[in-house]
This record gives sequence, structure tokens and C-alpha cells, in this order.
Amino acid sequence: MTVHTLSARPGRQDPETGAQPRPVPWRQMLWVTWRQHRGLLVTTAVVLVGAVAGMLAEGLNLHHAYAGVAGCQPLQSAGCLQPESTSNSDWHAANGFRVAVLTLPVLIALFSGPPVIARELENTTYRYAWTQGIGRVRWTAAKLAILAAALTIPAVVISMEFTWFFNPFMAQRNLTSVTPAVFFTRDLAYPAWTLTAFCAGAFLGTLLRRTLPAMAATLAAFALLAAVTWWGLRPHYPVHTYWPMQLFEGAWLVFLCAALAAGTIHLVRHHAA
Amino acid sequence: MNVIETDGLGKRYGKSWALLDCTLTVPEGTLAALVGPNGSGKSTLMNMAAGLSVPTAGTLTVLDGQHAGSPVALDEIAFMAQDAPVYKNLSVADMLHLTSNLNRRFDEHFAKARLADLGIPLKKKSGKLSGGQQSQVALTLALARRPRLLILDEPLSALDPIARQDFMATVMTTMADEGMSVLLSSHALAELERVADYLIVLGDGQLRIAGHAEDLVATHRVLTGPVTEADRCAEQHAVVQDKRAGAQAHLLVRSARADDPVPPRWEAHPVSLEELTLAYLRGPGSQAQRKSPITDSIEVTEVAR
Amino acid sequence: MTALTTTVRPSQEATPRPVPWRRMIWVTWRQHRATFISVPAVLAAAAILLVVFGLRAHHDYAALVNCPLDPGKQSGTCSRLMANFNSGVWPLANVCSILMQLAPVLLGAFAGAPLLARELESGTFRYAWTQGFGRERQAIAKLVLLGLTLAVLAWAFSELFSWFFQPFLWVEQMNQMSTEAVFDTRGLVFPVFTLVSFVIGAFLGMLFRRSIPAMAATLGVYLVIRLLAWGVRGQYPLTLVTRNAWQFTAYGTPGQPGFPWILNSWVTGPGGKPASPSIVSQVQLSLGGGGNQPVSVPKGYTIWTRFFPASHFWPMQLIEAGWLLVLAVAIGAAAVWLVHRRAV
Repeated sequence: MTVHTLSARPGRQDPETGAQPRPVPWRQMLWVTWRQHRGLLVTTAVVLVGAVAGMLAEGLNLHHAYAGVAGCQPLQSAGCLQPESTSNSDWHAANGFRVAVLTLPVLIALFSGPPVIARELENTTYRYAWTQGIGRVRWTAAKLAILAAALTIPAVVISMEFTWFFNPFMAQRNLTSVTPAVFFTRDLAYPAWTLTAFCAGAFLGTLLRRTLPAMAATLAAFALLAAVTWWGLRPHYPVHTYWPMQLFEGAWLVFLCAALAAGTIHLVRHHAA
Repeated sequence: MNVIETDGLGKRYGKSWALLDCTLTVPEGTLAALVGPNGSGKSTLMNMAAGLSVPTAGTLTVLDGQHAGSPVALDEIAFMAQDAPVYKNLSVADMLHLTSNLNRRFDEHFAKARLADLGIPLKKKSGKLSGGQQSQVALTLALARRPRLLILDEPLSALDPIARQDFMATVMTTMADEGMSVLLSSHALAELERVADYLIVLGDGQLRIAGHAEDLVATHRVLTGPVTEADRCAEQHAVVQDKRAGAQAHLLVRSARADDPVPPRWEAHPVSLEELTLAYLRGPGSQAQRKSPITDSIEVTEVAR
Repeated sequence: MTALTTTVRPSQEATPRPVPWRRMIWVTWRQHRATFISVPAVLAAAAILLVVFGLRAHHDYAALVNCPLDPGKQSGTCSRLMANFNSGVWPLANVCSILMQLAPVLLGAFAGAPLLARELESGTFRYAWTQGFGRERQAIAKLVLLGLTLAVLAWAFSELFSWFFQPFLWVEQMNQMSTEAVFDTRGLVFPVFTLVSFVIGAFLGMLFRRSIPAMAATLGVYLVIRLLAWGVRGQYPLTLVTRNAWQFTAYGTPGQPGFPWILNSWVTGPGGKPASPSIVSQVQLSLGGGGNQPVSVPKGYTIWTRFFPASHFWPMQLIEAGWLLVLAVAIGAAAVWLVHRRAV
């Protein structure tokens, strides 16, 4: 076996001056995060494209055909012997999209948040990852930031398109933009909730150190938070009109995310092997 | 310059101390062998030196006074954990790329050449490699980081005898070329004997003995003589191990100088590092001694090796 | 050192009798204790919620019994009661009905995906698959024990949910056959869907050898099967065709018990030929007026309606549960086959 020699080593830190070495640049974490979470990122992209395309196709259809619907009430009664009437089957499809939009953020965050740290701990690969030059804090912070962005930006796109898509049904079904189920899917609220689901997942994954229990816990915690906000908090907001409420809800959710992210980093920093 | 310096270092998990009151200094440029039975605190010590855990008591500094786990320490120390963890779903090439991205320094050329030489395909998923190959990959990654201190936790356990030799040859060459220091833990005492410059023996979480291999060998010897004079001889020397079989007594003693006079009717024999280690591990207060069947504190019959 | 002696080995039999199945009961319980405990716990917590809010919903509904559904015909008291009802438990019930669509796959994925995959991931299969019991029998025992437990719990929960949701059927005009959210969450369909998700999770876990990707894929497969079920439901050979379009008016609104699931209608003219579009829209407009007034159908024309009568609810449930069960058994067998074939 030939013994290989390492190339000449660049000059080291001068022991006299004790200058700190330049830290590993943040952008190097881009490839790391991509390669380690490739499955998740690709799935998110596919889902995003699918949702956007689907809503676009169906939405154009709706907006086009909507004028022609006779005001048939109640929609499903015998009097409207038109199960294929545009409003009825379209409401079905629209409702289907609504269900998907309401549940997608939770489901994706469920799969993306907990494994970020918990998987490393379960596989003991943290013993490799946290002894690299970049250091565990920056490694964690970079991953959280990149993945959070990768999930929140599609959420913004989906919510904007869904607002446009769902418009025709608003009047017909007695919905206003402040109705809780609708409020949640729009503008600032939807991306903020998606972000929260991710941050909660990452935090619980680091706390519980095991992926599967963390997923279950994230689901439960998110459901609880959503329910409490829906029935308990929203009626008591200091503001009651649409945009101020959106801003208020977006703000406190982002604040919560920041706290959860800080908590995650704190746990990582103090994790004892 | 000391690569590792500890003072009263201790680590507690729950109620039990995995490492207790450990004070040692590991000088630069040496291959320090950390030996001891399972559960003796080797991994605990190494995890603390690599910055993975923090001490419960005492202090630990690395690379001449740096805080373990600090950015400087992380930059200059490469750690290969037990079971050589690699990301099983990543290919070997991905692992190279990953390590290159996570550090300031990475000698990719060296890493690829070494892996090619070992016959490890770059495209293969790490999880599909054999245990020995995974160890080699992990070592290559650590070496290619050009560390000042290389910490290896039981790196040889998955390797066959030939692979072990090659592994140690690579480590030694890098040490010679680079001035790299190595802290390595292993059970394979006999092999380490040839290469270790510095020996650290841990037992039951406590430091038994530590020092340069040459010094240890020079200052220890076995005195063989009649059983009747054994007690008197034992009083005059620092006895590490007392073996009596029939009419003869073998005392492993530590003396201040290699040329201390030998008592009349006694003979002195040199002692190997392995014998020395075992003696310290079985020494007074060790679990090994408590567990062995003792009929009476004097008439100990050692099991023949 | 004393040498220990072992007891004398019993004489070898020609073919050893297999280790009895009942031994797997404790093994399965102990290995999957977390699942056996957490699933009932979560369902129990949800059940408490349903009982509390369900009682309130039933109470509110009782007051509405004599109110008409059409807002134009409601008295002041009725409108107030309706508004109260709609803003009370209904938002929660709406969310719950969405969650109930997801519940089968969540239960199934969490319980099913790690069932077999965890052994592979952690390397413990090297112990488990070299035991006397045999790897395939272990897998079968686990699938059956956990699957049945899950199905029974799911059935009980869906019964509770059906009771909880009953008050909303009339107000929201949901029909227990045509509204998916209702049909899927009662009877046999809900527990069997849970069972199907469970075995799919186990199968995909063995296929991918990793739990988390298996869970994600289970979600996708479940979605496909759900859409398939909704699609074929209308095709079950249980429909009737009638010429009497007015019989449906007797039932009132879709939420009333006994209201059928109307699939489609068409109008034929003399000689059985399809009617011209102008006649069709004339008929539809007159029918759309509100149901109770007699419709003037031109002589010689007939309105045909294809529908599922309310009495066919259980036969439909049985058909759907039937093919889903066959699917579950097939996928379960496939999972066991994978265990048999995986040469790791």
C-alpha cells in the first residue's frame, strides 16, 4: 500500500497573536442542507408545483363558468336536479383544495421539523457533524434558516393563489375574510402558521431526541395551538378588522418561531454526548 | 506545548461518575494511547476533548489552553467516534463534499487518492460499505481535515490485522510529516506497544498511570525473589503488583531511576507496556481485583496467562 | 476458576415443532408498547372533546327541530337559534370532519411505517430474524395484532364521531351517502381505511427500509386510494332508476333521514329519444323553483333519475369495506413476502 502524503499545510494561526481563524463561511451550509434534506425539498417543490397548477386550472374554469350558474338553493336538494351543475361539483373540488391547503402546512412541517436534529441524535452522526470546523451552533442555525425559508416561500405562493381561487365561493357560502377557516389561509397568516409548524417540530425533535415521538408531539402541539388561537385568542385580539388582525397574528407567530428557534439552538448548544 | 491538559477532570451521568479526578497532560507530537477496560471512561474523556460534552468537575483545555469545543479547537481537532458514524444514505463522494463544506481546510486530493488506494468506490452509499471500509472512510475524512490533534475512539475494532497495520502506518506517517498529535483508544495493547509514545491507563473512571512510554518502561521492573523476603522487599519499594507462586514472589515495582540497586538474592526483569498496563488495571482498589477470588490477602494465586 | 456445566441438551426431534403463536402476544405488546398506549390515549383525549362538545351540539339542535331550513321562512327566534348554532360548535365540527379524513392515514402511518422498518433501521433484525420463531411468522403476528387493535379502536371512535356529528347533517344539508365527509367517517369504512393505511405503512416501511420516507409515501398512497374510493362509489351496482322525480320532494332537504343520493337525471321525449336542450332547461327551471309545486312536463316527456335510495347505505358500506379489506389483506401479504425475501 502506498502511503499518501498530505499537501503542504497553509500557515496556521499565529500562536503569538492568537488571532481567531476566519470562521467557515455560512454559504457552505447551502450544499450541506440541500444534500441532507434533498428528499424533503424535492417533495415540497413537487407539491408546490402540483398545487399551483391544479388550482390554476380549476380556478380559471371556475371564474369563467361562474357567471352562468342559476341561483339554485339549496344546492343539493331535489329541486336542483343537477348534480353536475357547475356550482355543486365545483364546490366539491374547491372544498377539496381547501382541505388540502388547510392541512398541507402541518403535514409538511411534520415531516421536516423533527428530523433536522433528532435524526442526527438517533443515528449518532452528530458525533461527526458537531465536531466539524463550522461548529454545532452555526450548523443548526443555518439549517433551520434554510429549511424555514424553503417551506415558507411556497406557503406564501400557495396562499396567494388560493385567495384568488376561492373568491367565487365567498359570497355564496356566507364567508368573509375574517371567518376563521378563511382567515387562516390568507396573506400573512398562512405562511406564519407553516413556519410555526416547522419551528415547533424542530424544537420538539431536539427536546425529545427521537424523530417519531417528536412528530406525534408536533402534530398534537400544533393542533392545540391552532385550536386555542381559533376559539380563544382571536376573539380577544385588540384589533378586529382584517389587515390589522393579519398583522397581529403574523407578528406574534413569528415571535413564537424566533423563541422556538432560539430554544432549539440553546438545546443543541448544551447537548451533552 | 500540551495538546490536552486536564486538572481534576470529572464527568457524572446521573448518580455515577464515568470519570473522576483525572489530571494529565498529553504533550504535543506524541501518539497517546488511551487504554482501559469497557466502561473505564475512555470515550467520556475523548468526548470532552472533542467538545461533545462538558465536564462536571475540573478543567480541560486543548491545544495549549483553548477551550474544548471552541471554534479554534473545532478547527484544529478531528474526531473519529466509535462505530465511525457516517451518513448511511450519502455516498462516499457526498461525505467528502460534506466534510469539505463544513470545514475551512480539506485536502480533497489526498482523501480521494487514499480511498482509491483502499479500493473504496466513491459512488457507493456509505451504509452499504463494510464496517472496516466505513472506518477507513471516517479516518480519511478526519485526516484530510489536516488537524493538529487527531482523536480516535477505538478505530481499530472493525479492521482486520492487515488493515490495522495500514491504518497505523498512515497515522504515523502523517504524524511525522505534519507534526500531528494523536490520541487513540484501543483494546489492542500488543499492537499499540510498538507505536505508542505516551500511555494513559484508565480503570473504573480513574486515572491509573500516565506517562511517556519510555519513561514508564524504564522506571518499572519485576523483582523476582524468595517468598520469605517478599514482605520486606515490598516495604522498601513502590509495589504495583504482588504475585506469589509457591516459593517465589514476583513484585512489579516502580523505582525513581532505572539503575536503582537490586536487593541481593533478587533478580530484576524488564517489563513490557502490556504487562505494566494490566498490572495497573488490576492494582489495589480496582474492580478487577475485587472480582477475582481472594482466599486471603497475602496468598494470592494469580491465574497463569 | 470453576467451570460451569450446562444442563443436558434434550434430544433433537426430526422437525422441531414451531414456537406457538401466543408467544408473540407478549413480544408484540412489549416491542410496540408505545403504540399500544399512545393510540388509545390520543383517541381517548379526542373522545372526551367530542363528548363535551357533542352534548352541547345536541342540546342546541334540539331547540331547532321545528325551524325551517330556508332563511326566508324563519321566524325571529328561529334565525337567532340558527345563528347561535352555526357559530357554536359548527366551526369545531367542520375542522373535526376534515381531521377525520386524515385520521386513518395518521394512525396507520404512525403505527404501520415503523412496525417492520424499525428493525431494519436499528439493525436489530440481526437478532430478531435469527430467533426460533421465524421472521415471517413474527411479521404476521404483529400485523394481525396491531392491525386488529387499531381497527377496533378506529371503529369505536367513528361511532362516537357519528353521534357527535348527527346534529349538523340537517343544518349543513349533508347526506350520509353523498357527502364524503359523512360516509367515510361512519359504519365500516372508517376502521377499514385505517387498517388499509396501517398495512400500506408496514409494506412501504419494508420496501424503503426506513420509517420516515415510508410515512410520507403512505400519505400519498392513501390519498390515491381515497380518491379512487370516491370515484368508484358512484358506480356501485346498487342504483335505482325512477320516472317519478317528485318522490324526492317528500323527503325535504338532503340532511333529512331517508334522503337519497341523486346521481344524475335526464329527460327523454316521445319514443325514448333524448329531449332537446331547450326542453331540458325548461324542465330544470321549473323544478328549480323550490320543489313542492307540480312541475309542468310537456306531454310525452319523462324525467328519469338515477339514485341510491337511503336504504342502500349499509350495502354500500359493505361493498366498500369489502374491497378495502381484500386490498388490506393483499398488501399485508405483500409485506410478509418482502420480509421473507429481504436478504440483508
